[in-house]
Amino acid sequence: MLAVKCPVCGAEGDETDFHAGGQAHIRRPATHDPAHVTDEEQRNYLFIRINPKGLHFERWRCDRGCGKWFHAARDTVTMEFKAFYGVTELPPADVIAQAKGQWAEYFANRLTSESKA
Amino acid sequence: MKPRYSVFSLARNAMNYHKDWERAWRSPTPKPEYDAVIVGAGGHGLATAYYLAKNHKMTNIAVVEKGWLGGGNTGRNTTIIRSNYLQDPSIAIYELARSLYEDLSQDLNYNVMFSPRGVLMLCQTQHEFRAFQRTAHANRLAGLDCRMVTPQEVKEIVPIINDDPNCRYPILGAYYQPRGGTGRHDAVAWGYARGADAMGVDIIQNCEVTGIQRDGGQVVGLETTRGVIRTKKIGVVTAGNVSTVMDMAGVRMPIESQCLQALVSEPIKPVIDCVVMANTVHGYMSQSDKGELVIGGGTDPYNNYSQRGSFPALEHTVAALVETFPIISRLRMLRMWGGIVDMTGDRSPIISKTPVDGLFVNCGWGTGGFKAIPGSGWVFADTIANDRPHPIAEPFGLNRFQEGRLIDESVAAAVAH
Repeated sequence: MLAVKCPVCGAEGDETDFHAGGQAHIRRPATHDPAHVTDEEQRNYLFIRINPKGLHFERWRCDRGCGKWFHAARDTVTMEFKAFYGVTELPPADVIAQAKGQWAEYFANRLTSESKA
Repeated sequence: MKPRYSVFSLARNAMNYHKDWERAWRSPTPKPEYDAVIVGAGGHGLATAYYLAKNHKMTNIAVVEKGWLGGGNTGRNTTIIRSNYLQDPSIAIYELARSLYEDLSQDLNYNVMFSPRGVLMLCQTQHEFRAFQRTAHANRLAGLDCRMVTPQEVKEIVPIINDDPNCRYPILGAYYQPRGGTGRHDAVAWGYARGADAMGVDIIQNCEVTGIQRDGGQVVGLETTRGVIRTKKIGVVTAGNVSTVMDMAGVRMPIESQCLQALVSEPIKPVIDCVVMANTVHGYMSQSDKGELVIGGGTDPYNNYSQRGSFPALEHTVAALVETFPIISRLRMLRMWGGIVDMTGDRSPIISKTPVDGLFVNCGWGTGGFKAIPGSGWVFADTIANDRPHPIAEPFGLNRFQEGRLIDESVAAAVAH
């Protein structure tokens, strides 16, 4: 059983009380620049997934609580949740620091682009 | 050449109290260079190596495996073999595999215990009934020996089934492939391993790939826990770990790794002599030759690399099967286990060249890879040997996700593959 906690309403439960929604932080390219979406970008958006062995960032929904979507950081080997955070937020800095590979790359890019903006 | 297994070799070895049986395959140390290296010694990887050696005369090849051969999903599935998929490309590859299974034991000189006992896919809602009728028409057009059967016939084929018309999901009929069935999953891996080894293929176990060396856009070697192996052709066949291995070559995959569980009951007398799949309630069952009921269901809906699944998924599967077969309600379960399956967006496999020259990938079999092993190995070996997709493999290329040419079996097969 997974121990899940909703960061919005605080409800706690196992995975049957929540709905797993797959990888988090996927941006739909057409939302930002509908005129210039390449086939490759659209493929990446629809199908390409970060699929790490280890720390992963996912979407979950609080099915039997407030019904809101939220984000979670979870280890795909130990099944341990490292953090729960809002859909518009980034994970806590100490969890970002543990990210490896493609996720580390993603957060590095995201933090640079946001600090520029 | 290895001595053949036969009734005579059995008798001869019995004379020596079975002390002189040869090992079925060697445990070679890796050579510095091979013409091709297959990563992953599961069924698909070993079949690829076998057909590379047999059909394409490439014998200076190796199969590297991080654990032991056949220890991943090949040894963790529910051994169901069928080919009644909806889409033409799927029918082509699964039927190639099913037909190769028919004389695989003779071809390998290894008893894979292929048992064409029939696969019965229940229709428990009107929607499912019509969907299977559609599949039946598609399959008949493709020349498959499949048919719809009535609830009465279902009861005749599987007398233990719950035929109460007033239950929540009554049996409205079924889609029947009499030539489908089961096989002995370990024997498939062992038979291919023995066959490949006899032709000179090096099967190197306990050898984990840690890096893929490239020069320009071409692969030149593999870094492994047992040293560097130089090669110009690499076939990655690592199922649930495919994203991790392909990441070493900078290729991102449309794959998510999830856990699929199976379980077996205590052995009982024969009660069911075919495979029954109940996709609406989400479970499937057959009986092994030892008498255990072999049960499988759906995947956990979140990524998992631990080879251990969740209890709710098991409970859901067992609940569904108790509803379908009330007599099993007091059976005890002996063992349960999980395998890490590689799910694609359209639930169809990937057999493909990649943007890196010399790097080939065969993955995405998700929850239904065992049935495809001979066909998958056959077309993947051809793809690697000739450096272009085999006609049957072509629709399963990685580029289909970019071109929108999906082979949609997620709707057709719903849950249980």
